[in-house]
Amino acid sequence: MKSLEELMALRDAAKLNMTTRDGSTEATRIVVGMATCGIAAGARPVMNKFVEEITKRNIQHVTVAQTGCIGMCQYEPIAEVMVPGKEKVTYIQLTEEKVAKIIVDHIVNGNPVAEYTIGAIKE
Amino acid sequence: MRELSLNVLDIAQNSISAKASLIEIEVSQSTADNELLIGIYDNGKGMTQEQVQSVIDPFFTTRTTRKVGLGIPLFKMAAEMTGGSLEIESEVGVGTRVRATFKTDHVDFTPIGDLTSTVVILITMNLHTDFLYRRRLDEREFTVDTRQLKEILGDVPLNEPSIVSWLTDFIKENTKQLTEV
Repeated sequence: MKSLEELMALRDAAKLNMTTRDGSTEATRIVVGMATCGIAAGARPVMNKFVEEITKRNIQHVTVAQTGCIGMCQYEPIAEVMVPGKEKVTYIQLTEEKVAKIIVDHIVNGNPVAEYTIGAIKE
Repeated sequence: MRELSLNVLDIAQNSISAKASLIEIEVSQSTADNELLIGIYDNGKGMTQEQVQSVIDPFFTTRTTRKVGLGIPLFKMAAEMTGGSLEIESEVGVGTRVRATFKTDHVDFTPIGDLTSTVVILITMNLHTDFLYRRRLDEREFTVDTRQLKEILGDVPLNEPSIVSWLTDFIKENTKQLTEV
């Protein structure tokens, strides 16, 4: 059973970890649309998958955040990936499987997954 | 929405937009009465009586205040489909209380779904908002209060990966305990 005592131990471990982490690099931002449209289309498991993969792979300098309606409800779930110094990439109709590939190809290796982007559908 | 927990996630976003510093989420179930109550209460900026009325009407709302949209009408529909109801009390400068009741034995009752996931996302994505989550099943109750968690954590943020997984398991285990004999 998880307890508050355990939380205290985790806090102490996290504090040690925080001091050793280097805060100089600008973070990559992943933003998931979480308005009514996004949530109804499945944004919650997509958001969970981003967080889970980043934690599992211990990827540093990446933050995951939520936003409102991005304005293209028919393409939800939508996520935007903003890598410092690069153009923003908008991914559409996301699933947990697509998120796993985006993490590996785009976040880890720096190659956006063109077939999942908004550009792929408009052509 | 396929799960009521998704409605909760959606409605709570309104409280965040209303700049609430504390959001209370109550999910209370009575087996004997086949009743479920879901409440989302905030201390945000509140609404006027006219705004409250427009929030309930999907057609009026979508054309005037884009901020609110279909969230409330969908939640209201989910409640009324089961023979339940939804009510909103709001006062400008005080906050808003949304309460929906459901009949759980009705054929159109939408499953509650993954409430843990909803609560964890709300807490970890809105670090500057406090959450009080109250889950009740008959006589048993379990609560999570982020003010208490933050007091323990000090300057360690609630979205620290190890803390997020602790919080997820903490809520899951306690919820499970409510149903155990």
